[in-house]
Amino acid sequence: MLGYIIKRFLNALVVLWVVITLTFLLMHAIPGGPFTSEKNLPPAVMKNIEERYKLNDPLTKQYTDYLVNIVHGDLGPSFKYQGRTVNDIIKESFPVSFQLGMDSIVLAILIGIPAGVFAALKRNRWQDRVINFCTTLGVAVPSFVMAALFIEVFALKLGLLPTAMWSGWKSQILPATALAGMPMAFITRLTRSSMLDVLGQDYIKTAKAKGLSAFCVLWRHALPNSLIPVITYIGPMAAGILTGSFVIESIFAIPGLGRYFVTSIYNRDYTVILGVTIFYSALIILMNMLVDFVYPLLDPRIKLGKKG
Amino acid sequence: MAMVLEQKDFEPIALKSVQTIQQAPALGYWQDAWIRLKRDKVAMAGLCVVVFLLLVATFGPILSSVSYSDQDLLQTNQGPSAAHWFGTDNLGRDLFIRVLYGARISLSIGIVASILNFVIGVIYGGISAFFGGTVDRIMMNIVDVLYSVPVLLYVILLMVILKPGLINIFIALGIGYWLQMARIVRGQILSMKEQEFVLAARTIGASNRRILQKHLIPNAIGAIVVTLSLSIPDAIFTEAFLSFIGLGVSAPMASWGVLASEGVTSLREYPFQLFFPALAISITMLAFNFFSDGLRDVLDPKMRR
Repeated sequence: MLGYIIKRFLNALVVLWVVITLTFLLMHAIPGGPFTSEKNLPPAVMKNIEERYKLNDPLTKQYTDYLVNIVHGDLGPSFKYQGRTVNDIIKESFPVSFQLGMDSIVLAILIGIPAGVFAALKRNRWQDRVINFCTTLGVAVPSFVMAALFIEVFALKLGLLPTAMWSGWKSQILPATALAGMPMAFITRLTRSSMLDVLGQDYIKTAKAKGLSAFCVLWRHALPNSLIPVITYIGPMAAGILTGSFVIESIFAIPGLGRYFVTSIYNRDYTVILGVTIFYSALIILMNMLVDFVYPLLDPRIKLGKKG
Repeated sequence: MAMVLEQKDFEPIALKSVQTIQQAPALGYWQDAWIRLKRDKVAMAGLCVVVFLLLVATFGPILSSVSYSDQDLLQTNQGPSAAHWFGTDNLGRDLFIRVLYGARISLSIGIVASILNFVIGVIYGGISAFFGGTVDRIMMNIVDVLYSVPVLLYVILLMVILKPGLINIFIALGIGYWLQMARIVRGQILSMKEQEFVLAARTIGASNRRILQKHLIPNAIGAIVVTLSLSIPDAIFTEAFLSFIGLGVSAPMASWGVLASEGVTSLREYPFQLFFPALAISITMLAFNFFSDGLRDVLDPKMRR
């Protein structure tokens, strides 16, 4: 077990290194420096700026400097916001994004799993059809459309909830729901199909034959086993919520990292783009690693370290 | 009991007297798939919508007298009417025409990006699985590394570098999204590589290239087509997303994503400007999803949920 964890951890470090190198090279492949777009700066000022951000160092030196800084946890200064570092920006805005993401994950799980179980139990009846229709909608309607609809209906027409900003739990409801739409639909579908799978197994028949109540069969025997495939979805779900947050935070004017990322794309703030991409990648890699560790604990049929 | 055999028992039976069993007509793979697909009403509805959209996107803009970029500043932000079916935008451009034109752009992005995925994925996955061993390990490690980070991040980075534009979206989506295809092709081919028909082909001296082209890839085609049809709505979705954060096609061209993001800015005053492009995206996604679900059931029963 320990050997596997170490191996997996080293592997993750290699992946992260590849990501850093790739993104670094991509960002430096842009023709011209990041300041060329600015209105004719005097050459002396330009030179000072380049000195300040070490842009006239050779690429290899910039790269090794960047790597060394990352090892020390420093993602460098922002190009556009004077005197602020990428670390400051992440430290300040990520907690908001984290809160929003957790809200939607909890929402997606709390609604998705019961809906999936219910659909499986009512297989091919009208309840199943309705749920299936809803999940198809959830997959087909882009989150920004959903967000706009929510704003239109709940905030503007009915006046129940705030249209934007981030203050108090009320303002979290609409963005979290809009963000949760897609993962909720996926979790429902996943739960439904794995539940149907489990319900067809022999040990369920055995449990029923023993005379256990329908509730007990479902709760004790079917549900835990049917939830295992849902665990594997956590990785992709985290990635989806993360990228979804770019749009949702922009629409609802939430001061989270996603909105910062989008603004820095507009501003061509390369160090922020670079730093946030690396931060996000590290987050997802960590997430996937944790899922890989937890998975065999829940499902003894899966052996650690074996390729399957 | 003694059986008495007579001379006539040894006569050959006349051909006519044999009752032939009525057999079903021999069907090719695609004919069979088509017949079964036709039974799936939802999938057929999806297919009809997709075909309709393709026709509208191809011929719609040709038939109209107004262009997608024609401005009429006296007619800005008009609601839907007989003259402007979907209303007009803040520059007085007819939204119906713009949505039609957007269909062209969005659908061509979906299709071209999928073809790129197909080509890269099939070649990459095919080579990896076919040679196996170290080659396979290295090639799949590369895929695993790329796969462990959200693809959308790469695509965003690529678009930041390449600058917005239609061709660049093709490139970015093509580079970003072939991983899934490569994995599926590899899995399919690995499972078939050891089967007898490949051995048979090898014994009669077929070259590697021929075995890959004529035997392995055609047998993996079911899963490939299904992945392909699922990747079209994915690409359209991604493009809408990119356009929304300002990395899509450039003005005055407009994909559905651009139209929707323009609609969001004026949502409070003119909700119809968001409604129509959003409706177009959603209908397309639904149609493609239904169609590819049906296609999967028909072509690749193993993947069925």
